[in-house]
Amino acid sequence: MTAMLNIKDLRAYYGQVQALHGLEFGLKEGSLTTLLGANGAGKTTTLRAICNMVRSTGSIEFDGASLTGRSTENIVRLGIAHVPQGRGTFTTMTVEENLQLGAITRKDRAGVTSDIERMYDHFPVLKERHTQQAGTLSGGEQQMLAVARALMLRPRLMLLDEPSFGLAPLIVRDLFKILGKINREDKVTILVVEQNAQLALELADRAYVIETGRIVMSGSADEIANNEDVRKSYLGY
Amino acid sequence: MELFINQVLAGVATGAIYACMALAVVMIYQAIDHLNFAQGEMAMFSTFVAWQLMQWGVPYWWAFLLTLAFSFAGGIAIERALFKPLAKAPVLTNVAGFIALFAIVNSVAGLTWDFTIKQFPTPFGSSPFLGSQLISTHQAGMIGVTVGLLILLYLFFQFTRIGLAMRAAASLPESARLVGINTSWMIALGWGMASAIGAIAGILIAPVVFLEPNMMGGVLIYGFAAAVLGGLTSPLGAVVGGFLVGVFENLAGTYIPGVGNELKLPIALALIITVLVLKPAGLFGRPIVKRV
Amino acid sequence: MSAIEETANEAPAVEAVPKRAMTLGTGASLVMLALLIIGPMFVKNFIVFQLTMLLIYALAVLALNILTGGSGQFSLGQSAFYAVGAYTSAILMEHMGVNYALTLPVAGLICFGFGFLFGQPALRLSGIYLALATFALAVAMPQLLKLGVFEHWTGGVQGLVVTKPDAPFGLPISQDRWLYYFTLAVAIGIYIASVNLLKSRSGRAFMAIRDNEIAASAMGVDVALYKTLAFGVSAGITGVAGGLGAIAVQFVAPDGYTITLAISLFLGMVVGGVGWLPGSIVGSAFIIFVPNIAEGISKGLSGAVFGVLLFLVIFLVPHGARQVAIVAQHMLGKFRKG
Repeated sequence: MTAMLNIKDLRAYYGQVQALHGLEFGLKEGSLTTLLGANGAGKTTTLRAICNMVRSTGSIEFDGASLTGRSTENIVRLGIAHVPQGRGTFTTMTVEENLQLGAITRKDRAGVTSDIERMYDHFPVLKERHTQQAGTLSGGEQQMLAVARALMLRPRLMLLDEPSFGLAPLIVRDLFKILGKINREDKVTILVVEQNAQLALELADRAYVIETGRIVMSGSADEIANNEDVRKSYLGY
Repeated sequence: MELFINQVLAGVATGAIYACMALAVVMIYQAIDHLNFAQGEMAMFSTFVAWQLMQWGVPYWWAFLLTLAFSFAGGIAIERALFKPLAKAPVLTNVAGFIALFAIVNSVAGLTWDFTIKQFPTPFGSSPFLGSQLISTHQAGMIGVTVGLLILLYLFFQFTRIGLAMRAAASLPESARLVGINTSWMIALGWGMASAIGAIAGILIAPVVFLEPNMMGGVLIYGFAAAVLGGLTSPLGAVVGGFLVGVFENLAGTYIPGVGNELKLPIALALIITVLVLKPAGLFGRPIVKRV
Repeated sequence: MSAIEETANEAPAVEAVPKRAMTLGTGASLVMLALLIIGPMFVKNFIVFQLTMLLIYALAVLALNILTGGSGQFSLGQSAFYAVGAYTSAILMEHMGVNYALTLPVAGLICFGFGFLFGQPALRLSGIYLALATFALAVAMPQLLKLGVFEHWTGGVQGLVVTKPDAPFGLPISQDRWLYYFTLAVAIGIYIASVNLLKSRSGRAFMAIRDNEIAASAMGVDVALYKTLAFGVSAGITGVAGGLGAIAVQFVAPDGYTITLAISLFLGMVVGGVGWLPGSIVGSAFIIFVPNIAEGISKGLSGAVFGVLLFLVIFLVPHGARQVAIVAQHMLGKFRKG
């Protein structure tokens, strides 16, 4: 299987400050990969660079097509859904409107309606609250909504930025179970950026570790989980 | 008591003018999160275009439609040419841009059509409405059109995909881009719609205040005040606000001694500010919790 | 001007200019000073008068810079304070025979009080709401000045004529030239005081409030006190400018202090660079000379030409004159190294 996403020599800048120093990695189609690293290592920047939300140089290829120079909304339309840090929920709109927005670029109205029902199956709590203003949902519920919204795009690749942030462990477990299900059944390639290394490594098949804007380790999730340095630095034992 | 009721009714009639303008103001606010100070001038210019078309023999309703199309296109053109380049500039610089646009439009209108007052026709006639001395058929027509426009806008924003996309783009541009919305074009569209609504407002207002380049100055201020009073996120609030402002203004002029024509505006504004101090998000606005 | 802020992630309405960057370096300051002192010795009286007005409006723009660029509060009402200052000086001079120089501190204090008082109800407002409130004040002022009940003092619609002072001690310079140097002295004094104010604890409080009001309050900054203080100081300086203006122009009348003046001062602040005190004089130059240039280019379309010129400026330097200064500084730095 060829790489679906291929990143070479990625350098990203916030103003004059350089955050990524020649990042390189690839994602195989259908894989569930996690990107681990400490605070400030460049995890979020990597996701933002893929969607052209930050100034960068280097090559990013999706299915062989170059993403550089395309606007964020055009990159999304190629089939890349991004669940940002903080979820980016449209707090003043209802839950159902948020889901409709996820599918706003799709032309198949019937498909959208049935997909909304599928989201309610995946996340029953959203169905309960579907006419409620999204800002009134709890953190965990908003995260579910953000993931559901991303799925409404019927993406080929889904990027998630710290989905476990601020959530109780049990909720994170549930969320990750659903992500695994989506990866296996709906065949969505997933890249999860996480600080919660343990859970992420249980979920993923592959893992990369990033440190100060460079990939310093890569391998299968099991290898990385059993790696002593990683355990000491990120898992605390 | 009868005087009071009369003044209230008269205020409702003039308030229709402000309600119409306020609707255009809220429209642009929904789209771009800013208030465009040149909106009144753009509305005035559109009204002159309609007048000119009628001078050339175009029948009223054709002139109306053509002007609407022209205003819509013009609004988009102005945004693309003048304000898209300023998208990354600070807010205050954009405000300076609005002021510059105001100066340009006012000046060009003045040169093209000069400053003499002109009559502008109304499709509703100006006989007393249902026999009442205070509301003419035109004013009733104004209220009717404004309410109709309000309903159309509500339907547009709540039930169409583009309306939803525009709301999303104005509310959280980055998230909107992440669902594939071209936020830049949403802004242009918002300008086009606001410009068209402004044209409708101008065309309705001109028969009452008479057509001349400075006709919208006061109206715009009252329109802003009404929109703010109603809550900038609520078209319904804008319309209600417009009627309230009309009534305030009239009652202030009638009951507060020493308030001649010139002080009506500051008094009305003072009343509005007082309401805002008590209810900061406006009467119908949704208070938004600010997180640090 | 979005009055409804959603989260702290949204860009603040007033750009945060760092404290260091709010003033000019020593070298540039000295050059500026030299120009201001020597220049007027060689030009005609009328030009000297225009330069005096340049300084006066620069003071008014400076005041607005402190309020908006410093403490983040919008004001479209500065013309009201300017008018009060002007009329205070005029009334003191013409009805009570007070010496012109002494009217300035009085004008300043009265306007400080006025601004401080206005700042109280303004505490509950911000952004567009505050803009509307200050706008109302600016529109009301000319009407208030025309009110019959004040006519004995204000001279009603016709206003008051103000006597131009002679140079003191029988110095052999013209009235215009004397007034220029007097104004310059006052302006320099106020400029230095303003710079010190912004560098002081109060200045830091202002900027904390501008950048993030809730956080400032959580840190113990007395937000109410500092916001009203900023209004007071800004109004006070504008009042002094108004007083000087009355003396320079030699008369006061209600229609000389309309909303157009308030809008011009706002534009002056933006063109000079919001929050950059030295830019005030650039902004002042813009609002005094560019309308004349526009009229010279086309009498019938002077407004349009002005608008176009304004657009040119904001397209080229969206951050105002401060942007030009920063670029110049970079280039000078490279020149010195290379």
